[in-house]
Formats: sequence, structure tokens, C-alpha cells
Amino acid sequence: MKHLRKILPLIRPYRAQVVVAVLLLAAVTSMQLVIPGIIRDVIDRGLVQRELHALGVSALVILGIGALRAITAALQRYTTEWTSTRVAYDLRNRLFNHIQHLSFSYHDRAQTGQLVSRCIEDVGSVQAFLGFGAIELLQAFFMTVGALALMFLTDARLAIIASLPVIPLVIQTSAFGIRASGMFYAVDNALGKLSSTLQENVTGVQVVRAFAREPHEIGRFDSANRELFDARVHVIDEWAKVMPTSAFLVSLSTILILWVGGRMAMEGTLSVGQVVAFNGYLLLLAAPVQELVWLVNTAGEAAAGLQRAFEVLDSPPSVRSPAMPVSTGNLTGRVEFRDVSFGYEGEEEPALQQINFIAQPNQVIGLIGPTGAGKTTLVSLIPRFYDVTAGSVLLDGVDVRALDLTLLRQQIGIVLQTSLLFSASIRENIALGVPDASEERIIVAARAAQAHDFILRTPEAYATVVGERGITLSGGQRQRVAIARALLIDPRILILDDATSSVDTETEHRIQNALAGLMKGRTTFIIAQRIASVRHADLILVIDKGRILERGRHADLLAQKGLYREINDLQLAQHAEFKTELSRLAPAGDD
Amino acid sequence: MTTQSVAPPSYFHHEDEILRGYDPNVIRGLLAFIHPYQREFWLSFLLMILGSVGAVAGPYLVKVALDSGIEQGSVSALRNAALWYLAAALLQWAATYYRLLVMARAGQSIIYDMRASLFGHLQRLSMGFFSRFSVGRLIARVISDVTSIRNFVTWAVIAIARSFFTLIGVMAAMLALDLKLSLYTFAVLPLIILATMVFRNKVRDIYRRVRAGNSWVNSVLAENINGVRVVQAFSRQGYNYRRFSGETNKYLLDNNLQAARSISLFFPTIDFLGTLAISLVVWLGGAAVLGAQVTPGVLVAFVLYIERFFQPIQDLSRRFDQFQATMIAGERILELLHTEVETGDAPGAVELPRIRGEVLFEHVSFHYSDDPSTPVLEEVDLSVRPGQTIALVGETGAGKSTLIKLLSRFHDPTDGRVLIDGVDIRTVTQASLRRQMGIVLQEPFLFGGSVYENIHFGNLDASAEDVQAAARAVGAHDFIMNLRQGYQSPVEEGGALLSVGQRQLISFARALLADPRILILDEATSSVDTQTELLIQKALARLLEGRTSFVIAHRLSTIVKSDLILVMNQGRIVERGRHSDLLKQGGLYYNLYSMGFQERIVDKYDE
Repeated sequence: MKHLRKILPLIRPYRAQVVVAVLLLAAVTSMQLVIPGIIRDVIDRGLVQRELHALGVSALVILGIGALRAITAALQRYTTEWTSTRVAYDLRNRLFNHIQHLSFSYHDRAQTGQLVSRCIEDVGSVQAFLGFGAIELLQAFFMTVGALALMFLTDARLAIIASLPVIPLVIQTSAFGIRASGMFYAVDNALGKLSSTLQENVTGVQVVRAFAREPHEIGRFDSANRELFDARVHVIDEWAKVMPTSAFLVSLSTILILWVGGRMAMEGTLSVGQVVAFNGYLLLLAAPVQELVWLVNTAGEAAAGLQRAFEVLDSPPSVRSPAMPVSTGNLTGRVEFRDVSFGYEGEEEPALQQINFIAQPNQVIGLIGPTGAGKTTLVSLIPRFYDVTAGSVLLDGVDVRALDLTLLRQQIGIVLQTSLLFSASIRENIALGVPDASEERIIVAARAAQAHDFILRTPEAYATVVGERGITLSGGQRQRVAIARALLIDPRILILDDATSSVDTETEHRIQNALAGLMKGRTTFIIAQRIASVRHADLILVIDKGRILERGRHADLLAQKGLYREINDLQLAQHAEFKTELSRLAPAGDD
Repeated sequence: MTTQSVAPPSYFHHEDEILRGYDPNVIRGLLAFIHPYQREFWLSFLLMILGSVGAVAGPYLVKVALDSGIEQGSVSALRNAALWYLAAALLQWAATYYRLLVMARAGQSIIYDMRASLFGHLQRLSMGFFSRFSVGRLIARVISDVTSIRNFVTWAVIAIARSFFTLIGVMAAMLALDLKLSLYTFAVLPLIILATMVFRNKVRDIYRRVRAGNSWVNSVLAENINGVRVVQAFSRQGYNYRRFSGETNKYLLDNNLQAARSISLFFPTIDFLGTLAISLVVWLGGAAVLGAQVTPGVLVAFVLYIERFFQPIQDLSRRFDQFQATMIAGERILELLHTEVETGDAPGAVELPRIRGEVLFEHVSFHYSDDPSTPVLEEVDLSVRPGQTIALVGETGAGKSTLIKLLSRFHDPTDGRVLIDGVDIRTVTQASLRRQMGIVLQEPFLFGGSVYENIHFGNLDASAEDVQAAARAVGAHDFIMNLRQGYQSPVEEGGALLSVGQRQLISFARALLADPRILILDEATSSVDTQTELLIQKALARLLEGRTSFVIAHRLSTIVKSDLILVMNQGRIVERGRHSDLLKQGGLYYNLYSMGFQERIVDKYDE
């Protein structure tokens, strides 16, 4: 619950509205508390003492107060809702913005679903608490204090007797509210399990079908479903004990007022109107107290939501733009790694150790080596997706950490093994890095990436929406859009991380042609599995277990007879086999 | 105050516009789920009526206490009224307690049944269905939609009935106490109905926009978090933020504020109408008391009844929205449950006996039901002997995957038939067919759980030794033992912990453990390093050994070693034969080979 405090900075910009809402609430509550007093006068002065005009006055006062209360209540409600909606809007914006800036190392560990639920469910519970829970809690407080005071003013002895059942009522409802958060947690947990079982089943539906494992899956789902059932029934069992008892305790108070107050009225120590008013106060007090169950629960959920939301907001982006960035003119694209070591957070083994090399402007650097050797990690350090653990990465002689982060990344174009497109038009996807790019520039980039022709064949050409809600592009088409996207920002440095490996062979051929043009006049890093893709590089780095094992040009590396030579020979053996076969079998006159 | 914001794309509206109100078919469909629990249902109905009696009796007993007790100075009448009140309160307590237990349990059981039958139905639906329905939408159906029905079944049905009965009871009690005062009170009813209707019409559209806004926010969030690396690589954070806060989130804010305005007006209005009724009763009723037609007790009872009269009305108007939401959810759930199982077991389908693995395609054609003008497969004839390895070659979209989907009955052919060991596969049960088939997908799918469980999935009767043997056979044992917890190491969401190559080897082990007669393999295209590549090639050879295999091949080594290569183009088999024969033909295969396959190895700067 202590996390509820964190709500204060969120509502600070709306202090005025909060103060107004609380004042309005106090006004509404007092107007409600006036009514039993008027009813008392109706009975004692109007009915018992037969003052007809008192009745008329009372009726008018009730009506007048009713109208005033309705207006005040409407204003109060709107002020509260307005504030809570605004706070939710602000908090969602803040979360979205912060998440967008959190570093790769954070996102490596976070799950999308979790982060989305921070912005939706947790913000929602804060909004519910502010718009409903907090106000009602306050009202319960105002009402309890006001009603008790008025009851005591009327008759202290009866007030004590009548409020006796209210004590266990308050205790039991708040206790339930507190226990409820644990019970609802169990329900949430079970629901989470149920939905992940379902998600996995649907995502892996082909495997389930292929192995005829439906009965097994039904069993798994059933146990999650059963757990949810049990958790819910547990809540109901507890709720069934609390809810009717609350109503009973309120009735008990009424009975005590009737019995004890009635006797007092007969003895003449209390008027009939006062007895009735007593019951009126009691009912006003009981209503919000009975709601305490939900209010405590709402507060608990808001506290948990705030805690989770601030866990996100309080984790600083580990990679940040420097306060005083070094300004550079036009970059030439010289990249230097100086004694660079790097380890992923939470992993013992360093991913890179003692990396030293220089890429001169416009050079092509090839990186080759086994999966997991650290090739992708190495290039990720250039745009500062991660920061080095030791040493430094220099761009035109300046440490990348001293450069403005946005300017740095705008100089670097990246194409990954599989490219993620957003569900937006192809045009927007290409213009990702330059949202206001002209149609001409987009088309030029698409042409260069060999994407223009297939784009024109899609239903709405550049306006065609791709992704979940649009058409599905093949792997090769996606890669070509991604290349156009990288090309559009006209980067000084180009990084191709195994960009063509996941497409079929014919498409690969097309993409290779596109890439050759794209690499001209830029410093290019190519990560590849095949010697052929890197053999013409100005510098080839053979990476193994986080270190540069061998370096040099193709011919030098072959002479070294190391890992490069080994990979080369393996691939060459197959190559030779095919070449001889091809020449043996090729029909004459072809080509 | 607010300028009208940018609206979300129209598809965010679709889902809940299906239905506008009461639909007898949906009611009937939902009642079918309630049917097994009708005993509980009627019992709680009875308990609810008893509870309402207790609630309605209260103000009347206050009247008795005032008029017969205090006014008359009769202690015994006062005591009796108090004791009756106690009895009524106890009755209400007991009835409510048992009603909650009975009904809420029954409600949960209904929800449990509903989810179980949804899931069970999903297990029978064809693959075509899953390609049309996204994972997110299915989860929304089974989780959120069922939850909104849960609220309805467990609370709302009874709450509506209770509100209704309380209303009737209160009205009856008022009429019995005093006809004139009752009519004064009821005079405000039309005003309440009017206010409620105006409000409902106003908020229905607003709420619809709020829901659309919520799904818009949700989807923008999910996409940008999922693609956050690309966002950062292209420095899109600022642009995205401006669009999120200025369009998506703003849209939600504006509509939430509109909803707030309506709600803020509605509830105080209803409240005021209650007060209006009380002042009418006080003014006109009080005058009547003075004229001695009405006792003070009656007047007090009326004021108390008015409170209880307005509560159920407010409640009912609130429930109406819930009722609508339930209808929408109910319709969506029933739509899913009634989705036909396209490739279900035929009536009288028999168990396919242990097969040898002979496969025959006879004039097989296929097109998707929603797109009959685009044939995906045309006139495919194919005969495969047991134990042969068939390599399928061709461009994306040539029909390779469709061909193997027909073989495993993920779809049924629109024309022609597929026979295994001479039996049309539509005449046998799918379970017996698929038990004898193994499928290894291009993107190896691993379930959450341990490495062991993932291999064991192939054959749930297999022992731990069998699992290890399978892993050894495909060369996965060594790296598994190197994982921190060996076979018990958890596989993270989507298998993030393991490399692509390792995931492939695990899926090979899984298929090997299943020991299928027919193996279908969609070779992965993503590249792995040379050592892993060799490991995979060895594992593949082991996997293909001694069974009929269909391979969508990308590896030249696989293609060359196969017994029959099928070259596919635009849904047809255009060339077939062995590697050397096909090369000699100098057709499509030769072109693919010389331009495509060899490109992977042959240096393109070479020529």
C-alpha cells in the first residue's frame, strides 16, 4: 500500500482540480447529512405539533437541497473523472515514451505483453482508484465522521448502542478487502496461466496437430482451467461470508435504534423524529462502509499497479545521449574499436574481449565465424545499442558515447537477418527513419532496393498496408523493404547482419544485386556465413568466442591456414563438387 | 474544449458492432450452457425471492414500530416489531449467503465448461481457420469474452432478477400502505425512464469509441514495444511519441472525457428525481397525515421505501450495458463454437492401421474456400513408394507447402484424392493418421517447459532413456548436457535461450522419438555456422532413414541425395526425376540450380 504515495507526483499538476473535487465532495456529503434532520422536523414539528407550514417549508428545503446537491455532485463527479482521465493519459504517455527509450539490454529481458499490461491494466487501476476509489474512500470518511457526530449530538447513549454493530462491520469489510488482494492475485495468476497455455497451443497449433497431441493439450488446459475455477470459488466463498453479514449488521443497528430509541421515545427522552433521524444517519453511514470491501481492494490494485508502473519508469535507460555532445561536421565514416570488451547484463562470460580494429571510410568489413561468436554483438556497439564494458568505439576519432545519440544513429543503416515491418503502409515503413520523406525519394530508395516492382503489384502500391492487419509479404519482400528503409536515411555506415540468409535462393540473388549498389560510398559491415559474401572485403575479421581470431584480406587469411581456411575449404569442397557436376551435365549451347 | 481527434483505423471498430441488442439465438446458445445447472439456478432464484422479502419487510416493520409501538405506547408491539425485523434480517442473511454459494459456484462451472468446450473445439479446427484468426483474437475470445459472460452469469442474471423483484415488492408494499402516496412517488417514474433512455443513447456510441480507443492504444503499444529495436535504430522515439500522445492516446482521452461528462450528469439526475419524490411525499403526504388519513409511520416507511425503490432502477440501467456487452461476447463465442470443422473426421472414419508409407496423389487440386478463382494446386499426380525421400523444389508460393498440408490433412483437396497405403485419408481418423506422421517445421516451435518435455512431446509413452537416445541419434545430446540444467533446462518464450540450430536439433529429436512412418520436413533457410550445418545434415540423414519423407528442400545436399525431386511452379509439378536427370533436361530445375542453389556456395564475383 505504501506505493500509493507515488500517486502524489502524478496528481500534482492537477492540484487545483483535486482541491475543488474534495471541497465539492464535502459539500455533497454535508447536504446528504442534512436530510435526516429535516425528516425529523417533518415528524416532530409538522406531524406531532401539526404545523402545516413546517411541512411545506421542509418539502421545499428537501427539494432545494436535492437540486443543489445534484448540481454539486455532477460538478464533483466530472472534476474527479476529468482529473483521473488526465492522470491516466499522462501516465500512459510517460510509460510509452520511457519504454521507447529504454535500452536494448532492458528489452532483452522484458516481455512485450508485460510492458503492454503496464500501460493498459496498471494505468487503468490507477485511473479507477482516482476516479472512483479514492473519492468514495474520502466520502466514507466524511460520512462516518459527520453521521457519528450528528448521532452523538442527538443522543450519546443511543449513538454508542447503535454504532456497536458498525464496529465489526468496518473490521470485517476492511479485513476482507485486504485479504481480497491476495485472493485476486491467485485469480490473476491462474488467468495468466490459462491464457499462456492457450497462446502456446494456438501458436504451436501445427506441431500439436502434427503429433496428434490434442488430448494432452486438452489435459493441460483443463488443469489451468480447474485452477482458475478453484481460485474464483475461493473468492466467492469468502465473499459469501462477508456480504450478507454486512447487510445483517446494518439491520441489527436499525433494530437497536427501534428498540432502544423507541423505548426512549415512549419515556419522552427522545422525540419520534429523532429516532427516525437516527436511522437515517445510520443508513447514510452504512452505505459507504459496506463499499469498503471494494474500495480497499481498488486501493490495493492501484498500489500494485503504481508499483509495477514505477518499476518501469524508475529503470533508467542505460544508454543515454551525453549532456554536452561533441559536435562533428560531416562524418567520413571511420570506425575504430579500441580494446573493446563487452558482457551482457547478468551473464558471466563476456560476449566480446579485446577487440581492436580500424575501418577506414568507405571500406567493406566482413565478419565471419560460428553462431554465437559475437559478430552481431560487435556491430551493435557502433550505434550504441549497447555500451562497451571496457575500451571504446570511435567514430571519426570521437568516442560514440560523446556523440548525440540521435545524430549517431541517423548515420547508421542496419538490415537484420529477419526484418520487422510495422502494420502501416509500405510507404510509412520505408520512411521509418525520415517520416517526412518525399514520394520521389521513397521511390528512388525502393528502386535501389529492387522493391519498386513488387510494391507496384500490391493492391494499393505504396499505400498498401502490411503486417497483421494488412497483406503478408514474403521474407524476401520484407528484406527488400528493409533495405529501402536503410537506404532512405542515406547512412554513412551500413550494417548488413546476415541480411539475405532467410530468403529463398532466387530472391537472395536479387537482393545481393541491390546490396552491391547500396554499399558504394559507405563504410559497410557485412556479417555472413558464406566466404563468398565476404571474400572481397577490405578487411575480414574471423570471430570466435568473442575474440578476433584472425584478420586480413581473403588471400592472407587463406594463407594462415586457420579457422577461415577451414570454413573456406569445407565450402569449397561442395563448390567444386557442384561445378564439376554442372559442367558435366550442362546442356550444350546454353548460356 | 477538445478538438475532435484523429480516429483510429476502422478495423478497431468492427468487433463489437456485430450486434445492437437482444438476439434470441445468442440467448438460446448461452442457455444451453446454463441448462446442466438449472437446478442450482432455480434454487438460487427461490433464495433470491426470500431475500427480497426480507429486504422489503424492513421499512414496513419500522412503520409498525412507530405507529403501533411508539405512538400507542405499547412496549410489546415495539418488541414484536423489533423481533420480526430481526427475523427478516436473519432470513435475508441466510438466503443471500446460500444464494451466493449456489449461484456463483454454478456460474463458475458454466464458465469452466464454456472455456473447456472452446478449447476442445479449437483442437479440432482446421489449419485454415488458424491462418484466418490471429492468436490475439483467439485469446480475446477465450479469455476476455468469456470473462464478460462470467460477470453476467454469476452476478448479473440474479442481480437483474433481484432488482426486478425488489422493485415489484417495494411497489406492492407502497401500494398496500397508501395508494395516493404511491402514485405521487410513481409520478417521477416516467422522468427516470426518460433520463435513462437519453443517457443510454448518448453513451452507447461513446462507449463504443472508448473500446475502439482502448484496442487502438493496445495495438500501437504492442507493435512499438515489439519493434522497439527498429524504432531506436531509426531514431523514431520522438515521432512515435508525438503520434501516440497526439492521436492514439488523445483519442482515448477525448472519448473518456465525453463518457465522464455523460456519467457525471446521469447519476445526480436520477438522485435528484429520488429527492423530488421524497419532497412530494413529505409535502402531500404530510398534509394527509394532518388530515389523519396517513400515520407518521407510513410516511417514514415511504421515505425508506423510496430509497429502496431507486436503487434497483439505477442498478437495472447499469446492468443494461452489461447485458449488451454480454450479448456481443456471447455472439462472438458462439460464432467460434459453431465454426465448422472443415477437416473433421468423416462419420464412420476408421483407425488407419500401421502403414508402410506408400503415398499416392490422384489428380489433386486445391484452392482456398474464400478464393476459388486462385488455384493453389492443380492436377497433381504423384506416386511414392515406402521409404523414398521426395524433395520439393520451387519458388515461394509454388505450392510446396500446400502439397504437404494436404498429405497431413491440414486441408482437404478440393478435387482428387490423397491415398496412403491405398486408403483415402479422408476415410480414416485424423488421430490415427497423424500418429504415424512426423512434421518438422521450418521455424522449430518449442513449447514453454524443459528441453526434456519438448522432445518427450513426440511420444508421451517414451521413457527417459528413449528421449536421450533420440537426442543422441540427432547429435543434440552433447549440447543439451552442456546447458546449465541439462535436459531439465527451461526453454524460454519462443525458445530464446537456444540458438536456431539447437532448436532445430531438438525438433528433429522430437520427430525421431515419434518414429513416424511418413516424415514431412520443411527445411529451414536461415543460415547456421558450418559446424552446426554439418551436424544438422547428419541428423537429417538419420531422421530420413527408413521412412517415406517429403522435404521442402533448400539444402543442395538434401536435394541431391533424394530419390525423387519434384519441381513445382504455380501449383503444378513441372519437372520430376533425380538430380542428374533434371540437370540434363535444362529446364526450370537447371535454372534454379545454376542461378539459385549454387549461388549459396559459388562466388558470384567469380565469373
